[in-house]
Amino acid sequence: MSNHQETAAATHQTHRDDVGAKMGMWLFLFTEVLLFGGLFLVYAVYRYQYQQQFHIAAMELNTGIGTLNTIILLTSSLTVALSIAAIQKGNKFLSMILISTTLILAAMFMVNKFFEWSTKFSHGIYPGSKELAAKPNGQILFYGLYFVMTGLHGLHVLVGMVVLTFMLVFIKRDIITKDSYAKLENSGLYWHLVDLIWIFLFPLFYLIQ
Amino acid sequence: MADATTAVAEKPYYQVSTNKHSGILSWLLTTDHKRIGLMYFAAIITFFLVGVIIGVLMRLELIAPGRTIMGPQTYNELFTLHGVIMIFLFIIPGLPAIFGNFFLPIQIGARDVAFPRLNLLSYYIYVIGAIMALTSLFLPGGPIDTGWTFYIPYSIRSTTNVSMALLAAFVLGFSSILTGINFITTVHRMRAPGMGWFRMPLFVWATYATAWIQVIATPVIGITILLVVIERAFGVGIFDPALGGDPILFQHLFWIYSHPAVYIMILPAMGVVSEIIPTFSRRTIFGYKQIAYSSLAIAFIGYLVWGHHMFSSGMSDTDAMIFSLLTFLVALPSGVKIFNWVATMYKGSIDPQPPFLWVMAFIVLFSIGGLTGLVLGSLATDIHLTDTYFVVAHFHYVMFGGTGTIFFAALHYWFPKMFGKMYNIKFSKIAVVTYFIGFNMLYFPKFIMGYMGMPRRYYDYLPMFTPYQRISTIGSWILAGTIFFMVGYFIHALYKGKKATSNPWGGVTLEWHISSPPIMENFHEIPTITHEPYDFSQLKEMKNE
Amino acid sequence: MSEHDNKVHHISYGTYILVWVALLAFTSITVTIAGIGLGRYTLFIALLIAAIKSTLVINIFMHIKFDEPIFKVFLALSGVTLLIIFALTFFDVLFR
Repeated sequence: MSNHQETAAATHQTHRDDVGAKMGMWLFLFTEVLLFGGLFLVYAVYRYQYQQQFHIAAMELNTGIGTLNTIILLTSSLTVALSIAAIQKGNKFLSMILISTTLILAAMFMVNKFFEWSTKFSHGIYPGSKELAAKPNGQILFYGLYFVMTGLHGLHVLVGMVVLTFMLVFIKRDIITKDSYAKLENSGLYWHLVDLIWIFLFPLFYLIQ
Repeated sequence: MADATTAVAEKPYYQVSTNKHSGILSWLLTTDHKRIGLMYFAAIITFFLVGVIIGVLMRLELIAPGRTIMGPQTYNELFTLHGVIMIFLFIIPGLPAIFGNFFLPIQIGARDVAFPRLNLLSYYIYVIGAIMALTSLFLPGGPIDTGWTFYIPYSIRSTTNVSMALLAAFVLGFSSILTGINFITTVHRMRAPGMGWFRMPLFVWATYATAWIQVIATPVIGITILLVVIERAFGVGIFDPALGGDPILFQHLFWIYSHPAVYIMILPAMGVVSEIIPTFSRRTIFGYKQIAYSSLAIAFIGYLVWGHHMFSSGMSDTDAMIFSLLTFLVALPSGVKIFNWVATMYKGSIDPQPPFLWVMAFIVLFSIGGLTGLVLGSLATDIHLTDTYFVVAHFHYVMFGGTGTIFFAALHYWFPKMFGKMYNIKFSKIAVVTYFIGFNMLYFPKFIMGYMGMPRRYYDYLPMFTPYQRISTIGSWILAGTIFFMVGYFIHALYKGKKATSNPWGGVTLEWHISSPPIMENFHEIPTITHEPYDFSQLKEMKNE
Repeated sequence: MSEHDNKVHHISYGTYILVWVALLAFTSITVTIAGIGLGRYTLFIALLIAAIKSTLVINIFMHIKFDEPIFKVFLALSGVTLLIIFALTFFDVLFR
């Protein structure tokens, strides 16, 4: 307590609090969890009400692409985690390589997603289409949720890519260094969350048999 | 402190810029929590006055049966607008954004919030949301007419600008979330040395509990709103019953946020009461820990009771009974607070200054609101009273009589600290009295009309209700007159008021230890806390400071 | 303040790769099981495996195991909240 004068001066000038920043990030992640939580609740209620229709509709989805995307996303999570470990060891070059890998993997995920969606569109299955409207209610709801949930998740992947690109620049310009990597850590947390949501989306949409 | 900076360090916060700009830009780009608090103040008060005027117009339409000054469509648009403005733009952000921003860092002995730039960002997100809400009025399609609850399926079918208004609510929610994150982190990381959890003033506790609701509940409405917008834009089947959707599910998701939002409104108000009562009773708060914990308890139980808005929606009876039971539980922590406040006053040496009188008005109005809430919380009576004026009266007593009254109490309590000027005490005592009379004239007849069967949201009524409606309308004039009277004497105080001393009321929490108005970064040096928050033996030492 | 304590826990490359292998293994298990078709247990097993996978990600990739204990409290809080929302809504849907 006796040194509170210096502490005051310290807060005054630097105002750096990595734990505080991380706390803020975690709180933000919880809001994301609850945002998707609301969607999962809608999914759960409708799946309970239309079990049969959900099964039939899910048959149309391509389990292969889903599995591939799961593997891609899990690997990208690994590379982000490794890049933080690399910067902690002071290995700037390796860290940048790993983040670039993450970005490539994320792009692959989005490309797969694009092909998956466009196949659906070419079969006439998209929101508001005539062919979808002709299907039973349960299937309309299934596809409604499918497009909204994977779409919102895809949007998060895109945001994550933008954030990680910034991190790449920050590492290059030595704004993120061995001693100050809170920004990278927090971006990593965000990226893992995106992965985490996919871990649940995958079985709920692609693995209903 | 270095000598060269002393001169600057003595200046009040509104004369020192935190950035390289001066003039208006030093405000618009500021990261100082006090300046941001004042910017919220300006915006929120403006919207509040607009909401008041709309309310008065609605009452004027109801002065006599039949059409008087507007038709049914205009009336529908006005009550929606009144609800949206008052809820999303005034009462949810009101206390946390203005007084929370201004006083939370000071009360825990910090120089600012944990993320000052994020704080500024949430202000601008609020402004953008507000602009979007206002734009939705003037775009082709017309102002929304769904009511502020946006119930399905009408909100999908309505051709008015529902999507724009929903997006505005989404953006406002985002602002609320960021403020919540900021406050939680601030309370965890920025407390001054010696400021243990149980030495924090109760306003901080209440704001902390509120911040948690903001963080945990708001995302749910965010996604719900987004789903309705997507449904309207692309025809995706989510809630629309024509496509198999479940409108009751929408109501669940809507109230999962919107009920806890009620506690976002009331908890900070309860915190303010816990500040004002000890100060004017010159007595330490009775049951500090119980009040602190009851804030957390309200935040938590408040999360479990949303279903009581849906008793007549077709929800399962099992769930209705569970929700009814839980609703009664939430009365317990609120009761704990009321009794602790009253016990604090017992044998205190009470000084009936304006803030204290406002709190007295609050206790009466809020108790009426709370007790009639129990009438609505029990299933059988609720079926009789659903969607009647009784509900309208109830939530105006809780929201306006509760939070609104405390908004004025907080303003009267902290105005000298915020602006360094003192307002006219005699005028403000008159205002409390006319406010109390006008308020009860305006809303109490609605309990009676509601019980007799007058439904809410109608621009017309049967002749039998005429006397009650007329008393109510006259009450609205008295109430609105009082509010504009207050605006008048506060503005007068800003320009012509006497200079306020650093501790006009004899309070002991940290904000009363510093100058009025506070300096930039609040403290010359961060204090070390050695006292309990409401230890009035400090007053003697403070006189010598 | 003693807040700037630098007891940062570094996790080795090896651990991360090990966790990644485990995650891939669980993915293949869940895909295989879904292919067999265990009827009503499919959903249960799929969610169980997803829960295990997310525990791994949260604890190791997201470091929560080695971070401030308060973060775990926060995490539990958001989990409990979700649970409550689901439970109270399903009391409606199940008994309607």
